[in-house]
Amino acid sequence: MATDYQRIVKDGLWDNNGVLCMLLGMCPTMAMTTSATNGLGMGLATAVVMAASNLLVALFRDRITQEVRIPVYILIVAAMVTLVDLTMNAWMHELYKVLGLFIALIVSNCLPLARLEAFASKEPVLNSLLDGIFMGLGFTISLTVIGAVREIIGSGTLFADASLLLGPAFKFLEMRILPEDTGVLVMILPPGGFLVAGLLVVAKRILDVRAGKGIQMAGAHSV
Amino acid sequence: MKETALMMIGAALVNNVILARFLGLCSFMGVTTRIDTAAGMGMATTFVITVSAMADWAVQHYVLDAYGLGFLRTVTFILVIASAVQFTEMIIRKVSPTLFQMLGIYLPLITTNCAVLGVALLLVEGNMSLIGATLFAFASAAGYSLVMVIFAGLRERLVLAQVPRLFAGPPIAFIVAGLLAMAFMGFSGISTV
Repeated sequence: MATDYQRIVKDGLWDNNGVLCMLLGMCPTMAMTTSATNGLGMGLATAVVMAASNLLVALFRDRITQEVRIPVYILIVAAMVTLVDLTMNAWMHELYKVLGLFIALIVSNCLPLARLEAFASKEPVLNSLLDGIFMGLGFTISLTVIGAVREIIGSGTLFADASLLLGPAFKFLEMRILPEDTGVLVMILPPGGFLVAGLLVVAKRILDVRAGKGIQMAGAHSV
Repeated sequence: MKETALMMIGAALVNNVILARFLGLCSFMGVTTRIDTAAGMGMATTFVITVSAMADWAVQHYVLDAYGLGFLRTVTFILVIASAVQFTEMIIRKVSPTLFQMLGIYLPLITTNCAVLGVALLLVEGNMSLIGATLFAFASAAGYSLVMVIFAGLRERLVLAQVPRLFAGPPIAFIVAGLLAMAFMGFSGISTV
């Protein structure tokens, strides 16, 4: 049984990583990775929604019939998103202002819906909860890494404004890597998002090939 | 008149839905392997975006605002969009069975295309009139279709190119998209809306 959980954790964080392998949830991945802090915040919000909706669907999956499952899934995700949206607006207002539209858009992020359909509708409750948490964390890690790369090259800082957006406890994360005014602006602008995402998928493939695994030709299969 | 025209150009080219706002990227990567599919998808999505923008505008003004139910916005909008998609599916099946066959599974999935929900939410935040909102939605959708078709054209050429094995598939598509986004940055400055 323990190996089962290990597989879920490994799948979520690396082997089946939502962004780098399955290429799901690309919109927030591109839009919210102008800094590592934004990526972290966006990823965590999505992870909460995924864990909660995976849990709910796994609990009720015997009652949700085949014909109406997609609308029900969307409504469950939308309800969770509304909760996260209101919570963040109340207690993390600075971060909420930065992420703005993309909190509500977690509803139409393909990743939560894909995990509900592919995992939570078939597997036991605890497995589904774990899958939600670790798929969400895998998403968070990808977003934070893409954000960090774009932020370091683009503005020379790492986790800038973390204390403002995530709370004073995160002050220790803020640092400046490159001297002031040395950033390559294009990395912060939209094209940089595409370039960094493409190169990171390649980087993951290189690591997988080094580890003796084949290249996963995933992606480009969903709307 | 001039403001409206500038607003529409801004929505279509400068703040392009795909390349500047990063909405609808899944379909951007998913259905752009052939020009005709991309064009069909663009048209269907344009229709859905425009119809659901009008419906969402009405729902926001006459239901949510009137009864102070603003917190239900996400849930109601996604329901309105799902109905609009269903409606579009019925129309396309009647009008063009070929296009219906071609789009297949991607048609119902327009519901989770974040461009649709994104444009609707942008309208609400922008406090536009019904006509302004409809034009904004249509212009944004036209920009979406334009980029879909251009990118499909690029990818048709890309199939013939010799790409390093590690870059094959999605990575090279991302890099091409990055270059396209850079090209579209040339439009910035035309309109600030």
